[in-house]
Amino acid sequence: MSDSLQQKIQEICQSSNNDRVRMMDIVQGVQKELGCVSSEAMSIIAKATKSHHVEVESVVSFYSFLSKEQKGKTVIRLCNDTVDRMKGCEKVAEALSSELGIGFSETTADGKITLEYTPCIGMCDQAPAALINDVVAPSLTVEKVKEIVQNLKKDADPSKLSLGIGDGNNVDSLVRSAVKNNILKTGDVIFTDNESGKGLENALALKPEEVVEAVKVSKLRGRGGAGFPTGLKWQFTRSAEGKEKFVICNADEGEPGTFKDRVLLTEKFDLLFEGMTIAGYAIGAATGILYLRGEYVYLKKFLEAKLQERRDQGLLGDSIKGKDGFNFDIRIQSGSGAYICGEESALISSCEGLRGDPKTRPPFPAQKGYLASPTSVNNVETLCSATRILEKGSDWFLSIGSRESSGTKVLSISGYCKNPGIYEVPFGTKVFDLLKEVGAEDAKAVLVAGPSGQFIAPNEFSRVICFSDLGTGGAIIVFGPKCDLLKAVHEYMEFFVEESCGYCTPCRVGNVLLKKKLEEIMEGNGQPADLDYLQSLGESVKKSSRCGLGQTSPNPILTTLKNFKPLYEALVKVSEDGMQPTFDIRAALGDAEQAAERKSVLYTD
Amino acid sequence: MSEKMITFKIDGVEIKAKVGQTIMQAADEAGVYIPRLCYLKDLTPHGSCRVCTVKVNGRCQTACTEPAVDGAEVENKTEEIEGIRRDIVDMLFVEGNHFCMFCEKSGNCELQAEAYRLSICAPKFPYLFPARDLDGTHPDIFIDRNRCILCGRCVNASRDVDGKTVFEFVGRGSEKKVAVNADANLGDTNMAITDKAADVCPVGAIIKKRVGFAVPVGKRIYDEKPIGSDIEAKS
Repeated sequence: MSDSLQQKIQEICQSSNNDRVRMMDIVQGVQKELGCVSSEAMSIIAKATKSHHVEVESVVSFYSFLSKEQKGKTVIRLCNDTVDRMKGCEKVAEALSSELGIGFSETTADGKITLEYTPCIGMCDQAPAALINDVVAPSLTVEKVKEIVQNLKKDADPSKLSLGIGDGNNVDSLVRSAVKNNILKTGDVIFTDNESGKGLENALALKPEEVVEAVKVSKLRGRGGAGFPTGLKWQFTRSAEGKEKFVICNADEGEPGTFKDRVLLTEKFDLLFEGMTIAGYAIGAATGILYLRGEYVYLKKFLEAKLQERRDQGLLGDSIKGKDGFNFDIRIQSGSGAYICGEESALISSCEGLRGDPKTRPPFPAQKGYLASPTSVNNVETLCSATRILEKGSDWFLSIGSRESSGTKVLSISGYCKNPGIYEVPFGTKVFDLLKEVGAEDAKAVLVAGPSGQFIAPNEFSRVICFSDLGTGGAIIVFGPKCDLLKAVHEYMEFFVEESCGYCTPCRVGNVLLKKKLEEIMEGNGQPADLDYLQSLGESVKKSSRCGLGQTSPNPILTTLKNFKPLYEALVKVSEDGMQPTFDIRAALGDAEQAAERKSVLYTD
Repeated sequence: MSEKMITFKIDGVEIKAKVGQTIMQAADEAGVYIPRLCYLKDLTPHGSCRVCTVKVNGRCQTACTEPAVDGAEVENKTEEIEGIRRDIVDMLFVEGNHFCMFCEKSGNCELQAEAYRLSICAPKFPYLFPARDLDGTHPDIFIDRNRCILCGRCVNASRDVDGKTVFEFVGRGSEKKVAVNADANLGDTNMAITDKAADVCPVGAIIKKRVGFAVPVGKRIYDEKPIGSDIEAKS
């Protein structure tokens, strides 16, 4: 490695104060500069940050957007999520591959362009889509990608591509993106006019405990999927012992089919930052971190500018709004392509500059979170809702939604439907009302809450979106009459296998075994007993896995086994010759017969 | 000094515990054996193998990480829990390449011993036959990743006891493995045969050279008595 490159790496480390807690920023910086984080680069980083080579490698090898091997100057990551496949991603993939003359996971001979697949990038309403470095290329067609490749061959800088321009703040000079918001239904809490700053003003007029109380009374529950009562989380964090406390906003929505936080970040950043500030006041934190998923880095400059505006207005920094002793600021931490980091303790690990392994609980983040300090991790939509609660009051919030599920839910609806996009609905909305609205009344199945949620059949479309029935972080994927559901189930199992952190046995191995058995069945080699095998293995994985990923990853199989069993039954059959259908005796004997130079006497053709 | 004691139940039997103890620690002291693989006394509990899964008031938790709380009802030796443990041990067997009949750790291997204790004769899951590598570059220590079960004991021992960080996990999911603090080889690290990390491997993944058959098969730790007998002898 040249001296100037070595120096460049040292400078990147220096710009993060050689602080190993900021390892994510460092390795992201090096990846951008070098197109990889080579073993040599790891040694330089380890030396600068007083860590070990193997610790840096541990981080780099964990995240999809980081690599030890050299990548092209331009990396095209085509999203191959199930919804993208419904919308023609396979044809686009073929076109990309033939235009570039390479396969996926390969780099062109001149070393300029790398082609890869990536799971859901949060663009299901404008699929198929790809990331070209940080630039989002939505609504792709065969013609479009041909043009993109031709232009990239001339100029490697993807920001110079003419991909069209989106709506709302996507046209802002700091975003300049072709992404569309597609806000198709507004509601009373989030997508409505609000009095900006009023929530914070009201909060600061109260004691912090009273702010916590107001959120508790409102019955606000986490919008990311788990549904933990927000007020209670704030109370635990507030009362936990610790010199410093932290507020972290989880903007790492990675559940396939979810894209609502992307739109909230684009349009409702003020509601979010105000909510983080209120949370900071309520729990006694001076620092907030916005963990932005790597796929949404195209919004980072814009959001940073918005944070600076708030600092200039005295809404962040010391003595906010003249309130003596209330100091609070927010920094943005970007992720690097790991679904598991949406799990709150894995997200904290990532913020600490580590691999995104979930942490052992207890202690919970509210007791010991970021840097072992009490930390409240809240979803984007949760924090936006908190601002509105402080603005309009708990009773107002309780009057919206259903009795035990107050407020609204922002849904990302995509798949087989006429109008994919963002819908804000009050809790208590029935699935078939949603289907009518999105133009998918003849749906065959709906996947509520993404693959970690549940596939439901038409006889259950009268069920309602709320915490006591169909809870969801926001992903609703619709499957039409002609969809091959088992193919989708298989794709989702592939996703979980790919995204498991590998820490615990059941998730690391069990998902691989589930996927293998499903493949056997789909290939026509399954027996009736295999359905019990899937059920029992799936339950074991759910019960014994360490975090939410493994505790839900068998759901695509288990919920289709429950609600679409005939699909499986049609494929399995009792073996006629008593042999396991997956066992090919001829193939098994092949090597031995060749060595013996004669055919088996017992098993002839 | 009198420590505050609490009482909880494992399979209906009352167990006393000190405040702050895990279920595993309290059970060990009381002579109740909970099967385990990644847990090793004196190392930070890793909670990764999940073999010590128990039900605490109806919820699955790992005994090595879960604090004992007053009045808790813990299920340990039930059909459901033993079934989960069998599944997990099976998974560990098929995930790697374990050939007990010619592994020098046979008889001293905790994975093999847990399998026997759980009455596993052969795994019910299909073997995955992964391609894993060996590392014989160190003069005194040999690594065979075919047998690694990713328990993290060597990682923790090297970092927390030896203060060296010779080992760390790299990759994720089924690609996850234990790497060494060098470009590739253990021989290029500062690992020493006297390190704690050289002594903690529950299987035959990290073994000392030239001592493999000092104790013959048939006379090894778990050839004599099943794993956990020492703990059960306390009750």
